[in-house]
Amino acid sequence: MGAAHGHSLHYHGHSVLHRTPVHAKIVGLLAFVSVVVLTPGAYVLAFAAYAIIIAVLVAVSEVPVRYVLRRLWPVVPFVGVALLLPVVATGERVDVGPVSLAVEGLRGGLTLLLKVLLAATSAVLFAATTEPRELVRGLDQLRLPQPLVQILAFMLRYLEVVADEVRRMSIALTSRGFRARSPRHWPVLARTLGALFIRSYERGERVHLAMVSRGYTGRMPMRHTPAAVRDWARVAAVPAAAALALVTAALLPVGRLP
Amino acid sequence: MSVPVIELNGVAFAYPDGHQALFGVDLHIHPGERVALLGPNGAGKTTLVLHLNGILRPGLGSVTVSGLPVTDETVGEVRRRVGIVFQDPDDQLFMPTVRDDVAFGPANLGLTGAELDARVETALTVVGMGEFADRPPHHLSFGQRRRVAIATVLAMEPEILVLDEPSSNLDPTSRRELAEILEALPVTVLMVTHDLPYAAQLCERSVVLHDGVIAVDGPTLEVLSDADTMARHRLELPFGFDPTTLPARSKPTQ
Repeated sequence: MGAAHGHSLHYHGHSVLHRTPVHAKIVGLLAFVSVVVLTPGAYVLAFAAYAIIIAVLVAVSEVPVRYVLRRLWPVVPFVGVALLLPVVATGERVDVGPVSLAVEGLRGGLTLLLKVLLAATSAVLFAATTEPRELVRGLDQLRLPQPLVQILAFMLRYLEVVADEVRRMSIALTSRGFRARSPRHWPVLARTLGALFIRSYERGERVHLAMVSRGYTGRMPMRHTPAAVRDWARVAAVPAAAALALVTAALLPVGRLP
Repeated sequence: MSVPVIELNGVAFAYPDGHQALFGVDLHIHPGERVALLGPNGAGKTTLVLHLNGILRPGLGSVTVSGLPVTDETVGEVRRRVGIVFQDPDDQLFMPTVRDDVAFGPANLGLTGAELDARVETALTVVGMGEFADRPPHHLSFGQRRRVAIATVLAMEPEILVLDEPSSNLDPTSRRELAEILEALPVTVLMVTHDLPYAAQLCERSVVLHDGVIAVDGPTLEVLSDADTMARHRLELPFGFDPTTLPARSKPTQ
């Protein structure tokens, strides 16, 4: 399985961030991102403070900076929107060289860009320091409804099994000379997809049978990691620092966009 | 004689679509016995196995596990007593780590904490997978996954271990290692298999299910040596395998 070992988002390590109980980390992440998102766009200083907080966390986590940056690509569409906003927005305009840009758009685009980048970076850092199966456990511990927890857990467990099945089916197709070159070949692909669905469905039934045979009654027994006061304190420090930065920025008359 | 672990009396079963799989099965398995359940494809072996822990209920006849009739009230206890290991370990191992998976059964029985950990530890050690407790199941080899699947059932301390095709898809070394593990287990075993040498090696008694009834019941070597019976029930020995040259297995003492 080689390359498939582990999950692409998780970076193996033993830092404080890796060791903090997951359910506490989830709460911390949500609180931090909430503060970031609720910050008015004018408070540039606050955003700078958030960036410093994240930088410190990345340093503590021992996850390489490049590793974090490379996983930020999902924000690219947002960057596009942020760049577009000044051009398409209406209202007061300023001339930058040959182009005329909307002031409101510039402000909105910048805010969007900052918020998306900060939130995405903290999420990537969370993912890099959390094993996917621990995430499921943490969500269970936070009392996420059982059906959702179980769907997540099974998805994680069977993703590779199903991917393997897809690989085998595609090898079998290729071995008999099939190549999807034109829309004429789509019916074959559709049938393959149908077969895959039925196989997965049947596997679901067999898994359920095996679960019932071992006394399953609707709840997955999961071991929960208790979080000590110290863990909660550490986790709370991050959104608390962000909130402090926000309040300071609100009170100080400097460092604001006009 | 002792109370049988498994007692089937006249078990008949038809699927909702009308296809009848079992036509009156009588089978008694006593504590400490090792029984191979043989039969051609489509003989109803899997259907029979699903009756043993109450997943399917007979249309006619009765199933009793160590004196306990299988009913809605007893089905929980029955599933603890009868441990079924299914053929595909990927169906059996659904939790994120080996440890979680082995703990699934005993946790459903209400075990927690140190007691639960001890059960998991013991079951994994018995199948020689103690070091793999924290690995995700899909990173294990097929043979290792099958052994973990057996541990998941052993952790419930069943009275009878039911194995569906335990040697299928195993390379010869894994097959032999599994045989050694099964040989050492101090439990009653019912093994569904097409692997006749495996049956001869591990089970002193064989029953042949054909067309939904128990057609043959006798010592494994006698059953396998009877060419007429074998041919009648679509059973065939692998090339070069001669059961008449093997020493008879004695019933393990408990």
